[in-house]
Amino acid sequence: MTTIEDYGKYETAWCPGCGNFGILNALKQALVNCDLPPHRVLLVSGIGQAAKAPHYLRANVFNGLHGRSLPAAIGARLANPELTVIAESGDGCLYGEGGNHFLAALRRNLDLTILAHDNRVYGLTKGQASPTSQQGMVTKTQPHGAFPPPFNPLAVAVTMGASFVARGYAGKLEQLSELISKAIKHRGTALVDILQPCVSFNKINTFQWYQEHCYELPPEHDPTDRDQALRVALEFGENLPLGIIYQTQRPLFEEQFTPLKHGPLARQEVSRPKLEEIMQQYR
Amino acid sequence: MSQDIQILIGGEAGQGLVTIGQLLAKALVRSGREIFTSQSYHSRIRGGHNTFALRVGPAPLAASRDNIDILVALNAETVELHQAQLTQRALIIADANTAPNTAGAIPVPFAQLGPEKLWNTAALALLGQILGLPTEPLQQAVDEMFGHKQAEVLAENRKVMKKSREWAGQHVPEHPFTLADRSTGAAKRLLLTGNQAIALGALAGGLKFCAFYPMTPATSIVIELISHADTMGCIVEQAEDEIAAINMAIGASYAGAPAMVATSGGGFALMVEGVSLAAMTETPVLVVVGQRPGPATGMPTCTEQADLEFVLHAGHGEFPRAILAPGSIEECWSLTARALGLTEHTQSPVFLLTDQFLADSSRPVTPFDGDTVTPVRAGSDPQKVVPPYRRYYLTPDGLSPRLLPGLSEHLVVADSDEHNEEGHLSEDYGLRKAMVEKRLGKLELLKRQALAPTLNGARGAELLLVCWGSSLGPVRETAEILRGQGQEVATLHFSQVWPLVPEQFLDILQAAGQVVCIEGNATGQFARLIRRETGFAIDRRINRYDGLPFTAGYLLEHLEKSAAA
Ligand SMILES: Cc1ncc(C[n+]2csc(CCOP(=O)(O)OP(=O)(O)O)c2C)c(N)n1
Ligand code: SF4
Repeated sequence: MTTIEDYGKYETAWCPGCGNFGILNALKQALVNCDLPPHRVLLVSGIGQAAKAPHYLRANVFNGLHGRSLPAAIGARLANPELTVIAESGDGCLYGEGGNHFLAALRRNLDLTILAHDNRVYGLTKGQASPTSQQGMVTKTQPHGAFPPPFNPLAVAVTMGASFVARGYAGKLEQLSELISKAIKHRGTALVDILQPCVSFNKINTFQWYQEHCYELPPEHDPTDRDQALRVALEFGENLPLGIIYQTQRPLFEEQFTPLKHGPLARQEVSRPKLEEIMQQYR
Repeated sequence: MSQDIQILIGGEAGQGLVTIGQLLAKALVRSGREIFTSQSYHSRIRGGHNTFALRVGPAPLAASRDNIDILVALNAETVELHQAQLTQRALIIADANTAPNTAGAIPVPFAQLGPEKLWNTAALALLGQILGLPTEPLQQAVDEMFGHKQAEVLAENRKVMKKSREWAGQHVPEHPFTLADRSTGAAKRLLLTGNQAIALGALAGGLKFCAFYPMTPATSIVIELISHADTMGCIVEQAEDEIAAINMAIGASYAGAPAMVATSGGGFALMVEGVSLAAMTETPVLVVVGQRPGPATGMPTCTEQADLEFVLHAGHGEFPRAILAPGSIEECWSLTARALGLTEHTQSPVFLLTDQFLADSSRPVTPFDGDTVTPVRAGSDPQKVVPPYRRYYLTPDGLSPRLLPGLSEHLVVADSDEHNEEGHLSEDYGLRKAMVEKRLGKLELLKRQALAPTLNGARGAELLLVCWGSSLGPVRETAEILRGQGQEVATLHFSQVWPLVPEQFLDILQAAGQVVCIEGNATGQFARLIRRETGFAIDRRINRYDGLPFTAGYLLEHLEKSAAA
């Protein structure tokens, strides 16, 4: 049995009151819910406040480059399919710098969980607009207000045929850890976009604001119905639905690679006789 | 002069000229001949002017010749473009409708010999007749190629082969091109391009993961890998871009799969941040850079050696690296396997620097001896670790135990930020200094394992030709020709261009009469590197940067020019 203590306790570098704390606690709870021992878990992140989260719990960690958590996570997952791989980063990291990787990861559908700490701002670099910033948000680098409408990660994910698409909120711990557990258990790439108040730089989307604008998806919502899911995902203004928006079964990317039928690549020997046979093809 | 024969097959892309060349190459190698082939093509799928050059002779060959003895012209343009390169004795094989009205031209009534789709076979048969090569090995190569098709196709091919051979017997004039007796009976030899050899070397060396984004001339390495990936237990993934490719390879390597990426300069430019990541996280990764002319997209299908400085300095911050540059098809194999071992052993990025010339050239080689390679294994033994496990444990030689995540109860924390011994990010100035020193300390390890350059000829020779990477073949041939003319010439070839260990070669440079550095770039990057590292100034240089590879002909001409200057 894995307990919450197994995941340790660390000092963090986050601002007091930051939404990241809730996400971290929900993640630990989810790992315990899934009864995963720390050494089976690999957390991969990019760079940003959110991307520091893997440092604040006990697990295997690969903290790579800004925007590049997904390719690194994919490489690791392909090398060792026995690892439970979770990619964790901010909205700037995942949807901005890493946008191309985000699209490609959803299309591939490896068994992988993506946790987007979506504070709708660049936290670590002190408050510039991010791809999900509300239109008109004024910042030091967007003095006239963010011009483009916000990137809608969930609508994009549903359209790309992602196999698990959900929205959580850092202020609703129990529901969030439940969503993360389901995402981890889902066979395929699971995206959980997590609404995260940034108390230092996002003065629009505050805890108060989310309290007023979030609502739980009703039980009638059928996450297997893609059209319905897309309609819900497109609700991205004054009302933000929470819960599993879309879930489907698609073949797993890793299943196409025969070498993975034999477990982690690190455990596989190089066959001399096979190599000799291959060389004969060049005679 | 030379007893070898240079054949050039030219035509449009899509006319099947490479097939003719490859089948002929196969038949010649199997009948014990020494050959060298190279290709020139343009960045288009159909049309354009492409060539396949095949040189055949009694002794091993490592470069093409500039002039042509037998020109197979699949269109009229080929004759026009190569007229000036024809030797006095040259033959031109061309369709009766397009053949020029000059001496040596053999107008072939292809339409009479077979249907258009089999004119390849006809051309092959004609070449066989001219070279005095028996039908049997040619027929066998053709049969193998079409073996999977219906019997009628095979029969039709045989018919065309026979008819063409007979026609040639009656119509090809007396000429001096019949092959000398076979030089070696080594029927076991393999016919490999540089890129095929790189792929085989990687698999032999224990490669388990490769990610790539297609870019000439590196793509054919990956295609070769893919064809053997399932058999050898290797995963090859086409990434969404080069940035993803290198990050995937690093992620895979972190998790235990010996990994590489293969690209060219433009793609490597995108990978550069990943190079720093590998260095900082101390994750092994092999980066194969197949050079072609830049900047930017440059000349996609041509060759150059101009990315040495780029690869040498790629990545921000300070960290050590090794750069190996194969000079031959054999080295493509052996250095790739070596580089994989080196990257794991030093937990640092290692580069293999090759180019289009080597990538697309082929030559017969004796099968590699598997006994000379121990496939690399990722990570160290978790049993030997005294807890608590620390990924970046500060050791005197800079190498910390590299465990793999998930394969033991130890937790493996890797970080691109500066980190403490556990792998967690740290902003401690003292620790930062210790970690920088730990990483830089690996330079000593790399130097201890550095390959010495190869001297061919006498120390203290009148003329010393210095070169690196793919220029080896043409440079050696040049030296042989000059020796034949009574000159005292030696060559010094670097198949490791970084780190350089001056004790391995400085005295050779100092002892030589005249030192000439030969490299495929405009500014003399390697000559400059030697000067920076040793203080030795190489004052004579021959640089080629028109997109074409060196040949002995080019070098002899320019050696004379630069001597006169
Ligand atoms: C290649 C690169 N570009 C820029 C940066 C600087 N940078 C660090 S974090 C960050 C944005 C972080 O925003 P987000 O991903 O939303 O995470 P948050 O800090 O808000 O949690 C930027 C631009 C970097 N580290 N690397
Ligand atoms: S800047 Fe914002 S996101 Fe970063 S720790 Fe502070 S509150 Fe959290």
